[in-house]
Amino acid sequence: MTKTKLDLLVRAIGKKWLWVQAALAFAFLYLPILILIIYSFNASKFNAVWRGFTLDWYGSLFSNAGATLATSSSAGILPALSNSLLIAAISTALATIFGTMLALALERFHFPGRKAVEALLFLPIIMPEITIGISLLVFFTLVFRIVENLTGIRLNLGLPTVIIGHIVFNISFVTITVRARLAELDPQLEQAAFDLGANEWRTFWRITFPLIWPAIFSAALLAFTLSLDDFVVTFFTTGVGSMTLPLLVYGMIKFAVTPAINAISTLMLLASLLLVVSSLRVQKS
Amino acid sequence: MKRLLTFLLLFVISATVVFGCSRTGGNQQQVLSIYNYASYIAPEAIAQFEKDNNVKIQYDTFENSDALYAKLKQGNPGYDVIFPADYMVKIMAADNILEPLDSQKIPNKTNLDSRWINQTFDPGNKYSLPYQWGTMGIGYNLKATKGEINSWAAMFDAKYTGKVAWQDDARYTFAAVLIYLGFDPNTTNPEEINKARDLLIKNKNMITAFVPDTGQTLLDQGEVNLTMEWSGDIFQVMKDNPNLRYAIPKEGTIVFSDNMAIPKGAPHKELAEKFINFILQPEVGATISNFTHFGSPNKAAIDKGLIDPKDLNNPQIYPPAEVLGKLKFLQDVGKATALYDRASTEVKAGAGK
Repeated sequence: MTKTKLDLLVRAIGKKWLWVQAALAFAFLYLPILILIIYSFNASKFNAVWRGFTLDWYGSLFSNAGATLATSSSAGILPALSNSLLIAAISTALATIFGTMLALALERFHFPGRKAVEALLFLPIIMPEITIGISLLVFFTLVFRIVENLTGIRLNLGLPTVIIGHIVFNISFVTITVRARLAELDPQLEQAAFDLGANEWRTFWRITFPLIWPAIFSAALLAFTLSLDDFVVTFFTTGVGSMTLPLLVYGMIKFAVTPAINAISTLMLLASLLLVVSSLRVQKS
Repeated sequence: MKRLLTFLLLFVISATVVFGCSRTGGNQQQVLSIYNYASYIAPEAIAQFEKDNNVKIQYDTFENSDALYAKLKQGNPGYDVIFPADYMVKIMAADNILEPLDSQKIPNKTNLDSRWINQTFDPGNKYSLPYQWGTMGIGYNLKATKGEINSWAAMFDAKYTGKVAWQDDARYTFAAVLIYLGFDPNTTNPEEINKARDLLIKNKNMITAFVPDTGQTLLDQGEVNLTMEWSGDIFQVMKDNPNLRYAIPKEGTIVFSDNMAIPKGAPHKELAEKFINFILQPEVGATISNFTHFGSPNKAAIDKGLIDPKDLNNPQIYPPAEVLGKLKFLQDVGKATALYDRASTEVKAGAGK
């Protein structure tokens, strides 16, 4: 076979093969989600066998909203979801602010211990999550004991400790994402702003921030996602009455993970789809 | 220096402000915090206790006793009542995690059947009182067996080759085989353990899987026709799949009990004892067992006819006396655990797909 013939053949097959591969990749990513959605309409209480169509699981999510019991199969899902969202929102906001500040400091300034801070930054990403979880738990227990001895106030694990735990690992991810963008940024732009008489504050908001905000935004999205589906760190730092959705789902394993979980996941998926579509629309107009 | 001070001050303020909101205010309703499995209590029982005592119940859930232990080991985050399994009561008591119960505050403990109290995992019920009990038996598909089965022998019947699942946990699977062979399920005798191992290896081609407590799903999907599984798990799928059945083998099997206990550092110990006493009322105990379909240790509830007769007459929930006598708790075997682990590894090396 001549070389040109081979090239033609490769091109002919290659193009088709590329499509097949793309289709396979998408199927791999989205088929499980599709099945999850389909099973949210399953009349069976279990996610194993299809037993007919029903909308009951969606109904059950809202019928006992506000009930205090986590006992019937769907109660407790909405409170757990709201806990999850609250934790994700607060920890994302704080981690994004701190992470961006840290990225700026590391990229723009030289100070003693900079290398050490850089190395420390990677630790929460490298360390197994369970190590972070346990060390946070030990840390909180110790601090609480000291506070109780000093002031007599008894503190307990709860939403605040979960939020702190999530900020711990989110800061690293935010910093790394934002830093990558900052490294590409031409420092002369900022110097030009200084030359023209702007102070640091003004320079940041008029020059630096508009240039790095896409990175900050994607870092925030990443942090939000990580926080929303975190199990290990949450498990160790959570206290009474701060169940999150992943904890609740895991707790259901003993009896059955009901399709109500599929239903709430489908609704969350819809909500995030709407968010993405509308943000794309806004950017276009 | 000034900057450092400001920084420190800010840090202290922000730290305390965050935690300030996590304290439960004293002027509010009392909150009793319960840590239990999901869907493992009747909602009516909770509502009634809340109403009677003008308190709010916070019901959090865990997935198994080991998670419960991991959570409480570093200190109680504020739970008042917890529900550890039998073996876990022993571990927790030894680790000094449990508060001794004040039996004077729990007069209803006399309602309990003597069968279910004073067990080896908690002699004299110093730390715990039984809540519900169940068995580890055989879940099976009636279509495949063409009739009822009642013996561990079915798990070794060649006609179910490739359709049998055992428990992944070595102790449970070996307990069943040991019982079938007529030995003590808590034996520490290496010869007996090896005999059980050899029987499993001999039948290795029959075994489809060693499942981590998911046998009911495989059974429901038709992947297996026989599975060793907890009673309650099979009952749940039986509601959906009329072909499924559960059997307590006549040779006997492993029984479990979930227990109520108060962890050290519980914020409302007295209320917790009140709650345990409340659960032990015959009416309340019956409401719960009628909801969960597990066995009730509450003799008064059974004697008064408060348990749903459909459950009470079901030999798979309340087996007849002669089988009941053959039910054994799994006990800590100390160093022999290693024997079980090794034997189980040898079995798995040869069996399964």
